[in-house]
Amino acid sequence: MTTPKLEALALAVRHVGPLSLALADGACAGLTGPSGAGKTLLLRALADLEPHTGEVRLDGRPASAFRPHEWRRRVMWVPAEPGWWAETVGEHLDGADDTLLARLGFGPEVRGWSVRRLSSGERQRLGLARALARGPEVLLLDEPTASLDARARDAVEALLAEWLVPGRAILWVSHDLGQLARVATALWRLEGGRLREAAP
Amino acid sequence: MTVIPLSALDLALAAALVLALAGLAWIGRLGVAGTLLVAAARTTVQLLLVGLVLKAVFARADLLWVGGLALVMLLLAGREVMARQGRRFRGPWGYALGTLSMFLSSFAVTVFALTAVIGNSPWYEPRYAIPLLGMLLGNTMNGVAIGLDRLTAGAAEARAAIEARLALGARAAEAVAPLAREAVRAGLIPIVNAMSAAGIVSLPGMMTGQILAGTPPMEAVRYQVLIMFLIAAGTGFGTLAAVRLAARRLFDARERLRLDRLR
Repeated sequence: MTTPKLEALALAVRHVGPLSLALADGACAGLTGPSGAGKTLLLRALADLEPHTGEVRLDGRPASAFRPHEWRRRVMWVPAEPGWWAETVGEHLDGADDTLLARLGFGPEVRGWSVRRLSSGERQRLGLARALARGPEVLLLDEPTASLDARARDAVEALLAEWLVPGRAILWVSHDLGQLARVATALWRLEGGRLREAAP
Repeated sequence: MTVIPLSALDLALAAALVLALAGLAWIGRLGVAGTLLVAAARTTVQLLLVGLVLKAVFARADLLWVGGLALVMLLLAGREVMARQGRRFRGPWGYALGTLSMFLSSFAVTVFALTAVIGNSPWYEPRYAIPLLGMLLGNTMNGVAIGLDRLTAGAAEARAAIEARLALGARAAEAVAPLAREAVRAGLIPIVNAMSAAGIVSLPGMMTGQILAGTPPMEAVRYQVLIMFLIAAGTGFGTLAAVRLAARRLFDARERLRLDRLR
């Protein structure tokens, strides 16, 4: 049996779990469930941003074997509404090249924009760009296309499909089952604090 | 030159002014007459009590007595800092953070001033030690309270920004740095303003007091400058220490932002 890329064992965070999951190397798994079921909480616990019990492993190594920031750089949570800490977009985009920005529909001039004037769709795409630019191994995507129109959504799906090569994995939270059928090879449903396999 | 002693009648004349003000407030239904009178009564009683305590401590000039009084002052200042926090830390940290920072800075600066600058003998002579420590604590308390309040309130507001940086692989210290800088800056504003405005907009209280007591103006000025510097150092070090300790306490060992540690 091969080691999963990301694995959770008896993971419990507040009303969620204890639950176990295994995300295979090179795979994208969809995660769905009613609002308030704790999908975001689960992603945050996997990224070690939320106190939890149980263990999370990357390539078989427990999170405790990594320094916290090194873990999060590898297992990266991309929130549905990304936060901003500086004035201009460029200050958030360390390492993002123009090709990546272009794939998400931005010209290089976006770096000079003020984050205050961004639309929610722009925020969401830039939130993804700045995450990809930092070279994660696992992406924990929290409704990554919720604020996007169909064209931007297709661009994000195509970009992530290319990004997903061996050595990487994605856990993709969405309410859009049609989308999860396109992008994911496994589908999980979180409800009542428990995780169930659902038909893809 | 000596001080003209004030009699009870002199104080009663001044009290009449406050009574008149309270009367006006009552007639105008401003709703502050009661609190004004209570505050005036408090100031009288509290200062009389402090006078008695100081009289007793001055008469002894004993390190234990001076130290004991200093400790009481510190603990009261710590309580005041805690009470002024909109969102303070839960449990003993809420009290300990500010109190420890004030202890480190105010006591260190006071002892430094007494031994290295004033050079009195004994160095803890209460006539110098107690007023100095009082002024330092009072001002450091402001800086620490403002700094801590800005940090903890800001952490709740800036949660998304701080966690965004954590999620992208930043260290906790890096993620909280802009907020911590802002908190220290806010804590230092009052003393920077006081130093800038001293002599132009306001005559500092201690200098005024010394002049009233008959000290030659240039002598009083020298003391005032000394005090300003000591206060700036005490406030600065205290605020830095408090904000740094608190910024650490905002995160756990896994460098997660722990707003649940705040009330």
